[in-house]
Amino acid sequence: MVKVIFVLAYLIFAPFVGALLDGVDRIISARMQRRKGPKLLQPFYDLGKLFSKERIGVNNVQLFLNMSYLVILMIAGSMLFAGADLLMVLFILSTADMFLIMAASSDSSPYSNMGSSREMLQMMAYEPLTLLVAVGFYLTTGSFLVSDIIREDISAVLWMPGLLAGFMFTTAIKFRKSPFDLSTSHHAHQEMVKGLTTEMSGTTLAIMNIAEYYEMVLLLGIFFLFFVNSTWWSWIVALLLCAVIFFLETLWDNVSARVKWKTLLYSCWVVTLVAGGVNILILMLDK
Amino acid sequence: MIPFLIGIPAVLAVVFQIVRNEKIRGYIVYAGAGAIMAMTVVFIADWIGGGAKTWMFYPRTETIDHLMTAGDIFLMCLIVWLSVRYKRVLPMILSILQTVLVLYVEFTAEVTEGPHMMVDWLTILMCIIIAFIGGFICIYTVGYMKGYHQHHKDVKDRQPFFFSMLFLFLAAMFGLVLSQNLIWIYFFWEITSVISFLMIGYTRAEEAVGNSFCALWMNLLGGLGFAIAIVLMALGQESLQLTEVVSTGALLPLMCLSLAGLTKSAQLPFSTWLLGAMVAPTPSSALLHSATMVKAGVYLLIRISPALSGNLVGLIVSSIGGLTFIMASMMAIAQNDAKKVLAFSTISNLGLIVACSGIGVEETVWAAIFLMMFHAVSKSMLFQSVGATENTLGSRDIEDMHGLIIRVPRLAYIMGIGIAGMYLAPFGMLISKWVALKAFVDSGNVVLVLCIAYGSATTMFYWTKWLSKLLCRHIPRDTVKDVTRKDEYLSMLFHACVMLLMCLLLPLVARWLVNPIVRQLFGNSKDVLSMSVLATMAIMLVSIFVVPVAMFFISRRSHTELVPIYMNGINEGDNRFFTNSYGEKEHLYLSNWYLRFEFGRRHLRIPSIIIAAAVLVIGICLVIGGVSW
Repeated sequence: MVKVIFVLAYLIFAPFVGALLDGVDRIISARMQRRKGPKLLQPFYDLGKLFSKERIGVNNVQLFLNMSYLVILMIAGSMLFAGADLLMVLFILSTADMFLIMAASSDSSPYSNMGSSREMLQMMAYEPLTLLVAVGFYLTTGSFLVSDIIREDISAVLWMPGLLAGFMFTTAIKFRKSPFDLSTSHHAHQEMVKGLTTEMSGTTLAIMNIAEYYEMVLLLGIFFLFFVNSTWWSWIVALLLCAVIFFLETLWDNVSARVKWKTLLYSCWVVTLVAGGVNILILMLDK
Repeated sequence: MIPFLIGIPAVLAVVFQIVRNEKIRGYIVYAGAGAIMAMTVVFIADWIGGGAKTWMFYPRTETIDHLMTAGDIFLMCLIVWLSVRYKRVLPMILSILQTVLVLYVEFTAEVTEGPHMMVDWLTILMCIIIAFIGGFICIYTVGYMKGYHQHHKDVKDRQPFFFSMLFLFLAAMFGLVLSQNLIWIYFFWEITSVISFLMIGYTRAEEAVGNSFCALWMNLLGGLGFAIAIVLMALGQESLQLTEVVSTGALLPLMCLSLAGLTKSAQLPFSTWLLGAMVAPTPSSALLHSATMVKAGVYLLIRISPALSGNLVGLIVSSIGGLTFIMASMMAIAQNDAKKVLAFSTISNLGLIVACSGIGVEETVWAAIFLMMFHAVSKSMLFQSVGATENTLGSRDIEDMHGLIIRVPRLAYIMGIGIAGMYLAPFGMLISKWVALKAFVDSGNVVLVLCIAYGSATTMFYWTKWLSKLLCRHIPRDTVKDVTRKDEYLSMLFHACVMLLMCLLLPLVARWLVNPIVRQLFGNSKDVLSMSVLATMAIMLVSIFVVPVAMFFISRRSHTELVPIYMNGINEGDNRFFTNSYGEKEHLYLSNWYLRFEFGRRHLRIPSIIIAAAVLVIGICLVIGGVSW
């Protein structure tokens, strides 16, 4: 029963939470740049406008691929919030991303195709660490099941600080934050126009945005798992720490410039190896 | 029953030498493949009707033993003759050495007699793979070879020879998986080595001959390992049973057999031969990669895997497998030749299977068997579709497959299913990866965990970029005529259906086929994944499968006005041309991303071979030195 409530809550509220976080992110970023920034609810207005637009597109398949992206992300998120297997969640998450890549490269658009190539590279960069995070949880708690992980007596982060640091590092890719916003960014003035989303407009783009909100909440959910334990107050602490992490990502976004793909790939892999690999090694030796 | 399984394809191989008419030969191939499949079905039904127990056959086989000895000598003479003709020394030495060793054992050593053949669940699975995938590849070949010789006028038409080899290969594979006596397995093992050598050299071009000898000496090295294992078993344990090798668990014979398995399954440092095998016509690649040859290697490793658990040999095998998994998948990124990508992906996937069998616990073997099944089906399908595409487009470059979905939609769909089967979530590869990762963590091998984490990321990269290339919509420059024949489509469709069915019926496959295999190998009754876990997983995965279809129909209902793509405002009418800086019309060309300078074979091949060779040599030295672990 609790599971059903969690899943429903995720399905219903995740886009709202995601959009609100996006609004907060834009305000904080603006303040960091000494601007006033948009209203908090600006993302909602944007979405509303996107949905009201005339339906144009470069082909007929992009919409359906984006919708698949959205629905599969929803499945992945629901599994996480239902307490299912973390590793499976991550696998399905990358399958979802595959649909986004297909959508972007579904037409011979140069910018969009470049964006999708870069998105593949980004996946290659962050994928090892996400798998290691799941392995870390398994070693720490003896289970891949999220429902077991949240019932541990002590928070997992005590056993896996390296993995947390690595995950914070690579999640900048998933949040599409600088320095790792190679495939597309929130700003349309880069060398590849809008990269991945160049050819998306109106409803198609709105669906993509909503999917990204779902993904954002899913990732914050994984961060939540690092801190939560069987006590009730750990839930509040974990939520606060998730907010702090989100703030740090925003900060990092504003203080760093976009890197080249090689820097992205190698830095992510090295961080994975050093922070993640060593952490896993210690866990294996100790547990 | 068993004589028929081996005999039918062997007789057919002779028939093709006599019947020279192309049309009649086609019908014989269809009938022969059908007969093999029917025979296998009858055989399995008979076995299951008999209670699905382990059957042992032929305790005393004086005559056949002598025939096999003659066969071994004949193979040696053949290799020596060909080596002299093409002036190669290494294969000759290796061949003579191992034949002498085996003959020595046969004539001098006193061994306890035992059954020579055995049927259990693993054998049954292998028979199904050989009969159905191998059979359909034979059917596909009929159509393919017609197209092949229209394209390659310079190659001498030696089709009768080619078909003989295909069927002989199937016969040898049946013999290999059914045998239980080491000398018998060795005999069939040698036949597969020699046939693959002959098939690779089909075109008789200089490159083909060179590559075929490379394949020959590497596989003969494995054969030498096999021969040494036979000698050691005969002298040390006075038994030539494969089951004895497992139950006694003596490290040195195990190491030698593992070496044989590693060479056959093209693991580093021996992966060169499988890459070189690409010069042969596509059906032979399909056969080598999916139903036969490399599967013989992993079959042997899976057979001995219970004995590999937690010892030095297992450690060596799993390390080499893990290393191969990651290195081959990285090298695959830099390839634009579709067959090369497939070859690297085969090597890399076999690496994962080998790593699983090297760990040698229930979970990993469960995963290994699943990987093997899915790999066999999707790789056979991919090779066939690439071969058909090559005949149609005249190229197998992935760059030329841009927009294949518009040009040759049917082949693109089949290729797409094959690619998805290799790595995407609704398909079983992923579940096996999931189980394997868990088992690697349980076994406490951090290096393997890292290998699988990085390796699956690189695997994802090269498949995704291929898939997106296929599905990219592009108005074709020129229309092409699909020259793929009906029998080719029949075979590919069969594979696609099997793939989808295996995905849908995953829990049942696990319960009826894979669990019994693991149970028989390990002799206990623990299920790796409980039925409820599997069922929920299957439902989840199928839902992922259903979503795109549902979304497709939902999105169809909304009307979209089509506009040209964004090209900085310099579009030239349709989406194919843009205005270049001279103000002229230029054709748009989009290329995939190959990261050649980072992941190219030039940079990674030598280091990975050196590392793997070092692991192997040091490992063998440690085993010989008797270091216990």
